[in-house]
Amino acid sequence: MRYYAYFPGCSAEATASALGLSTQAVAKALDIELIELEDWNCCGSTPYSGIDEVEATCIAARDLALAEKTGLDLVSPCNNCYITLNKADSFLKEYPQLKERVGEALAAANLKYEGGVRVRHLVEVLFNDITPGVIASRVKRSLDGLKVAPYYGCQLTRPGFGFDDPEFPKSLDSLIESLGAEAVPFALKARCCGGAFIISEEDMALELIRKLLDNALENGAQCMITPCPLCQTNLDVYQGKVNSKFKTKFNLPILFPSQLMGVAFGLAPRSLGLGKNAVSPNKVLASYL
Amino acid sequence: MSEVKTKPRSFITEVASLPGGVKIRDCIQCGTCTGSCPVAQQMDYSPRKVIAMVRADMRDEVLSSSSMWHCLSCYLCTVRCPKDIKPTEIFHALECIAIREGFKVKETNTPAMYRSFTDSIKANGRVHELGFMFKYYLRTWRTLLANPSAALKMLPLALNLLTLGRMPLMPKKVKGRKELKIILEKAKAGGGA
Repeated sequence: MRYYAYFPGCSAEATASALGLSTQAVAKALDIELIELEDWNCCGSTPYSGIDEVEATCIAARDLALAEKTGLDLVSPCNNCYITLNKADSFLKEYPQLKERVGEALAAANLKYEGGVRVRHLVEVLFNDITPGVIASRVKRSLDGLKVAPYYGCQLTRPGFGFDDPEFPKSLDSLIESLGAEAVPFALKARCCGGAFIISEEDMALELIRKLLDNALENGAQCMITPCPLCQTNLDVYQGKVNSKFKTKFNLPILFPSQLMGVAFGLAPRSLGLGKNAVSPNKVLASYL
Repeated sequence: MSEVKTKPRSFITEVASLPGGVKIRDCIQCGTCTGSCPVAQQMDYSPRKVIAMVRADMRDEVLSSSSMWHCLSCYLCTVRCPKDIKPTEIFHALECIAIREGFKVKETNTPAMYRSFTDSIKANGRVHELGFMFKYYLRTWRTLLANPSAALKMLPLALNLLTLGRMPLMPKKVKGRKELKIILEKAKAGGGA
C-alpha cells in the first residue's frame, strides 16, 4: 500500500465530479491510499495570480503548510492545482521577500511552511511510482482496438516541474497503451483549449477547442482522455456549442485517464462517473463494459 | 536649500522586482513568445511588444491595454524563451498592478471573471462554480444586455451541467475560513508589492 496526501481541487467536487470519483476508485484498485488533506482550500488557480500575487501565494501556502504536517507527498489529479501549488512552493524558495511576507501572514494563523512538500500530479504518480507495467498487470478487460487521443492540456508539463516533455509529452500515451488501447498520434496533444476563457472570451476558446477536436479525429481517435478538469469541461460540455458555431458534427467522448483505467480494470461504470459525461462514452466503450 | 529630486523608479525596475519578472532585462526581442502565443493576434500589443514597452517605460499604455488579460497561461512562451524570461508570470504581475491601480480595460471581461472567481474563494475557501458564474454575470450585465441571445444560450448549458450532477447548488465551505481571512488581512497589511 502506498500513501499520499490528496488534494482533489474544487472542480473534482463539482464540474469534474467524475474525476474525483474515478480517481478514488482507480487508486483503490492499485493499492494507493489517497488521504484527503483536511480542510484544504482552493489553490487560488490562475485567476488569483492575476488579481494579487501575494494573496495568491498565501492561500496556496496554507495548503502547503497543512500538507507539510502530514509528511506525505501531496497529490492532485488537477493540472491547475498541480502547477499553482508548485508555483507557490518555488516562488517561496526563489524570492526571499515574498517568503518573509507570506511567512508572516501564515504565522498570524499559527501556520508555518518550511518548504518541505513535494507537490505531484496523479498522472506523474501513476507513471513513475506505480508504472505502466504494474498498471498493465491489473487490466481485466484489455481495451484492444480502442483508439484514444492523449490530451495533456498545458499545465501538466508546462512551465515544467520536472515531469515529461513540455511540448511533446509521452506519459499518457504509455498509460493508454498499458491498458491495451492505441494512443493515436496527436500533434496538438499539449496545446491550449482556452481554459477559463470559455467564460469571458467564448469565441476565442471555441476556436481552440474546435482545432483540438479536429486534430484528434483526423488521427482516427474514437475518444480522448485528459487529466485536466477544465479541459475536460471545455471539450465535453462545450462540444455542442462548437458544433452549432462551426456546423460540425463532433461526437467525441472526452474521458479522464482514471475513467478509462477503471473501465480496463473492470470497475463498475457508476463508480467511475461515466454517466456524468455530456458526450456519452457508452457506444464507444460498449464492448469493454 | 537646493531641491533634491529622486528619480522615479522606471517601469522595468518595478517589473524586474516582482516574482517572475527578474530576467526581463535579458530579453533580446526575438519574438519567440509572440510566435508561440495562440492568442497574440487578439492582444492590443503582442507579448514581445509588451516587453519592449515595459523597457521603454510606457507604463500607462501597457497597464491600460488588453494584452495581459488575453494571456491563457498556457506557458508555451515560457518554455520556449531562449533567455529564460517568463512572459506568463510577467503578464500576471502586470495584471496585478493594473487591478491594484484601477486601470480599466474595455475589450475583455476577463478581469471581471478573475475577480468573481477570487471573490468566491474569499467567501467560501473553495470555488463555488454556480455562485462564481452568477457574480460574473452580474458584473458584466452590460455585455449580457448587448447580446441577450448569447446569454440565453447559456441556460441549456447550465441545465445540462445540473442534470449531469456537475453543478452543485450549494457551496462547499472550508472550516478554516476565519483563518484564511486572518492570513489575507495580514498579507495586505504587509504593504508594497
